[in-house]
Amino acid sequence: MSTILATGPQHTPTQAKRAKKRSKNQGGNVLVYALALAVVALTLGPVLYGVLGGFRTNAQLAQNPAGLPAPWVLDNYLGVLKNPDFWNYALNSSMIAVITTLIVVIFGVMAAYPLARYQFRLREPIFMVFVLGLLFPATVAIVPLFIMITRDLHMGNTWWGVALPQAAFALPMTVVILRPFLMALPQELEEAAQLDGASRIGFFWRILLPLSGPGMVTVGVLAFVGSWNAYLLPLLLLQGDMRTLPLGVADYSSEHSADTAGVFAFTALAMIPALIFFLAMQKRIVNGLQGAVKG
Amino acid sequence: MIPTVAQEVSFVSSSRTDDADPNPVSVTQPTRIKSVKAKERRRKPADKRKNLEILFFISPALILIAVFMLLPIIQAVRFSVYNWKGFGPLVDFVGLKNYARVLQNEVFTDAMIHNLIIIGGSIALQLPIGLGIALLLNRKMKIQSLLRTIIFVPYVLSEVIAGVIWFQLLQPQYGVVDTIISKLGIQGPAQGWLGTPELALWTVLAVLTWKYLGLAVILFLAGLQGVPSELYEAAQIDGASWWQIQRKITIPLLGPTLRTWGFLSMIGSLQLFDMVWILTGGGPANSTTTMASFLVSEGTKRQNFGVAAAASVILFVVALILAVSYQQFVLKRDSQPDDERTKPKKVKA
Repeated sequence: MSTILATGPQHTPTQAKRAKKRSKNQGGNVLVYALALAVVALTLGPVLYGVLGGFRTNAQLAQNPAGLPAPWVLDNYLGVLKNPDFWNYALNSSMIAVITTLIVVIFGVMAAYPLARYQFRLREPIFMVFVLGLLFPATVAIVPLFIMITRDLHMGNTWWGVALPQAAFALPMTVVILRPFLMALPQELEEAAQLDGASRIGFFWRILLPLSGPGMVTVGVLAFVGSWNAYLLPLLLLQGDMRTLPLGVADYSSEHSADTAGVFAFTALAMIPALIFFLAMQKRIVNGLQGAVKG
Repeated sequence: MIPTVAQEVSFVSSSRTDDADPNPVSVTQPTRIKSVKAKERRRKPADKRKNLEILFFISPALILIAVFMLLPIIQAVRFSVYNWKGFGPLVDFVGLKNYARVLQNEVFTDAMIHNLIIIGGSIALQLPIGLGIALLLNRKMKIQSLLRTIIFVPYVLSEVIAGVIWFQLLQPQYGVVDTIISKLGIQGPAQGWLGTPELALWTVLAVLTWKYLGLAVILFLAGLQGVPSELYEAAQIDGASWWQIQRKITIPLLGPTLRTWGFLSMIGSLQLFDMVWILTGGGPANSTTTMASFLVSEGTKRQNFGVAAAASVILFVVALILAVSYQQFVLKRDSQPDDERTKPKKVKA
């Protein structure tokens, strides 16, 4: 933090002190960079090893587990890309995530709107229902949920069968994040819209929805991440052709456990689309998580 | 915990909108009176319509939650008092016998202990390491945003992908972890890290730490940005050292972030399933079974739906007790003194 002082000259008492601080700071920086490098190596190492492992043969991996690809082999990756199962899993993952996200965002913003901007007697009690919903993890309901969806609703091996309960469990967080967001939109907007003859529904469509874009993107990204990475519910509900990428990766790795390079290639390709999407949306994810933790 | 989360969220959003709306209090005050009058004029004929609108907006979410969240949870309680293998109607009422069976089952009580170890271990490892990294990164560095992104990578991977990769890295003898440590002259365990009952849980904990450390760092860094820089400057003018500043200013002001992060971490650890299922499946010799993996294997592999339901009710009760006591003993400190700090901001919203 001494850098802050060093860049604000009006606060610095004397030149000598400043110089001393700076030199101390630079000594510290070498250590900081070294530590940062170690953290990066430990963080990325396993992921990179998996990606590079996909470019090696099993013989290379067995001979020198810690080595680099020599020569680089594309067969593993090509094999996965030619595997129709892989594309099938990716399609299922995408569709389930998109359905979940759409339901969460649409139902979430709809529910948050009256809870934020209408005055009515049951407002706080209904909001409490959503807040309490945060306390119920899907794990607790998983067994009856599995029975209900497969037997009573006959949605056992379908996209909707996974998306609907996922959306239900994502809604409390969505409403809790969105309500204050909608509350914060200035009252004058609503009045101006009223004077111009807009109904409350008109206000919702034409003014509130466009203005709450950033909030909706945040909750949407969180819902998408949650669905894309989900394992337990799909594990119980989806089989065969309907499996999602996490199920596909897990099954591939246990069915082809001898083919380490193939497992690495499959895993690496399964994580790339998600990784790109999530890193692009990093700010939104962090915003949402911070919203859940604090400012 | 419940009001705290809500309050803090509203606090966040109010500060977020401050930029767009610098002086909402002074502007809204006179117009609010007008709007109340306008509403009163419209109220009587519009009352029914308003209620219909509320119903229209709220019911989709409430119905979804009722069907896919409340109903299954009620069902879990109902199943838990029957002996039911999944066939035919619920007739074999056994009262609390399933609960007794679960609580007397050593696999389950061990699973509870494993969950507690993961909760404690995650916080004990991630708090100091995460805080250390966050403090180191919280300075002007050219590569800071790149470092943040890199640290965030394990968190955005699914537990399954992270688990599959680590499963390969941890293979006995020819896995890369054993290869590297054998170069340092250390012999990896013969049964492998995940195959040795005494080591398996700690190995799972290490992988979880790798996966979730990034979240801690990112949240702590975000919290650090909320610490006003004048405080550092003032302390520095008073001659405080870097370490003194961190200990006396930064960490105390980061308190609410740390405590709420701890809550999230605890709830996550209680539900731990994916990583365990991928890495060990609960083995070897049930040494890594968690409450969630216990109830899933009872329910899906053995079709003991009554027992599985009882286990899930117990899991919920444990989660509730921990959540309430965390609120009582840890988060309470935030809602009391912090109120004074956040109140003026909240009024604006």
